[in-house]
Amino acid sequence: MEQKTCLVVDDSRVVRKVARKILEELGFACSEAEDGLKAMESCANSMPDAILLDWNMPVMSGIEFLRRLRKMTHGTTPKVVFCTTENDIAHIQEALAAGADEYIMKPFDNDIIQTKFMQVGLL
Amino acid sequence: MKVEDFDMFCSLLKQRSGLVLTRDKAYLLESRLMPVARRNNMADLDALALAVRTKRDEKLLEQITEAMTTNETSFMRDGRPFDLFKTVVLPKMLEARAAKRHIRIWSAASSTGQEAYSLAMLMEEEKHKLAGWRIEIVGTDLSAEVVERARLGVYTQFEVQRGLPVQMLVKYFTQQGDKWAISPDLKRNINFRVFNLLGDLSVLGQFDIVFCRNVLIYFDQPTKAQVLAGIARQMPKDGYLFLGGAETVLGITEKFRPVESQRGLYYPA
Ligand SMILES: C[S@@+](CC[C@H](N)C(=O)[O-])C[C@H]1O[C@@H](n2cnc3c(N)ncnc32)[C@H](O)[C@@H]1O
Repeated sequence: MEQKTCLVVDDSRVVRKVARKILEELGFACSEAEDGLKAMESCANSMPDAILLDWNMPVMSGIEFLRRLRKMTHGTTPKVVFCTTENDIAHIQEALAAGADEYIMKPFDNDIIQTKFMQVGLL
Repeated sequence: MKVEDFDMFCSLLKQRSGLVLTRDKAYLLESRLMPVARRNNMADLDALALAVRTKRDEKLLEQITEAMTTNETSFMRDGRPFDLFKTVVLPKMLEARAAKRHIRIWSAASSTGQEAYSLAMLMEEEKHKLAGWRIEIVGTDLSAEVVERARLGVYTQFEVQRGLPVQMLVKYFTQQGDKWAISPDLKRNINFRVFNLLGDLSVLGQFDIVFCRNVLIYFDQPTKAQVLAGIARQMPKDGYLFLGGAETVLGITEKFRPVESQRGLYYPA
């Protein structure tokens, strides 16, 4: 089976590193982007199977990125899992309306990432 | 801990909850019982052991028994049993009970309630098929503390992220500060109560579907057999039993047989 790819989008280098390590242990090949715009470029180059997406980032926020992404691909791929400190229902609903598949409220751990990725059928 | 104290606690636990501890678990006994000793103003486990021997203080014995339970659980734990419930068991039951329009479900070691609430959410998702039906879910556990938490139905951010799809979170929970509270509508059909599986199960009545997961693993073979036989008596022949991932009826009792190619699912024999 071909290795699945995941783009980790977060402006914190530390978070990207931690998330990347967990995802690689789950078998994903990972790439990173530090804001929504860089993530757009990365997707235009090569569309990943999954995106782990922060909300608050400079240049372009996660939600803005997601809206553009869903317009660009007209579909349900890639799977997008938000991973953010925004932990109120209003934000979650906004994310779902914009086409997010799952939503992780920070802090996260291996277990949460694994079950969320399982739920959206990535594992 | 003194060997005779360890043995004394072990036989107390075996008798009260069915829990079997081997010698290599002495550390577990110590780490879980120290807080009980402190709460009762005792300096150490020697004092606690002495108190158990000399007074028959029911409250103290309860605290000891509850402290030794493992309450680990999560929403939709292990995933698959809940898929089976939705795709195999519930459709069968809807057919089988079409005349009565009444289904009773038992979460037999419900801990903090996630299993029972998961079932309630799945039923709610199927509610278009359940108009006019009476669905009862009973959750029971030995530990009064977890039963109280189950009744409350308030969970941490960490707990709601383990196993629960976010779509269900926003649909069935409201936010209370940094906690998440299950909706009163879902709670309405669920009844949580303190109950010991070693007791007389007939007081709970008959159940069409029983979840008895991740509790038999703590018991020895005769206790497992006794509890399974008891559960079988509370079920009609066309009922379904779910066991945990590491549990089976094979080699333990003839009262149940596995449903073919559906791991973890059993019929009364
Ligand atoms: C690991 S939890 C399982 C929770 C849930 N069924 C699951 O699978 O996630 C085990 C529960 O069994 C309860 N328990 C242990 N011995 C019991 C007994 N004799 N009668 C009733 N409940 C018992 C404990 O209090 C604990 O909450």
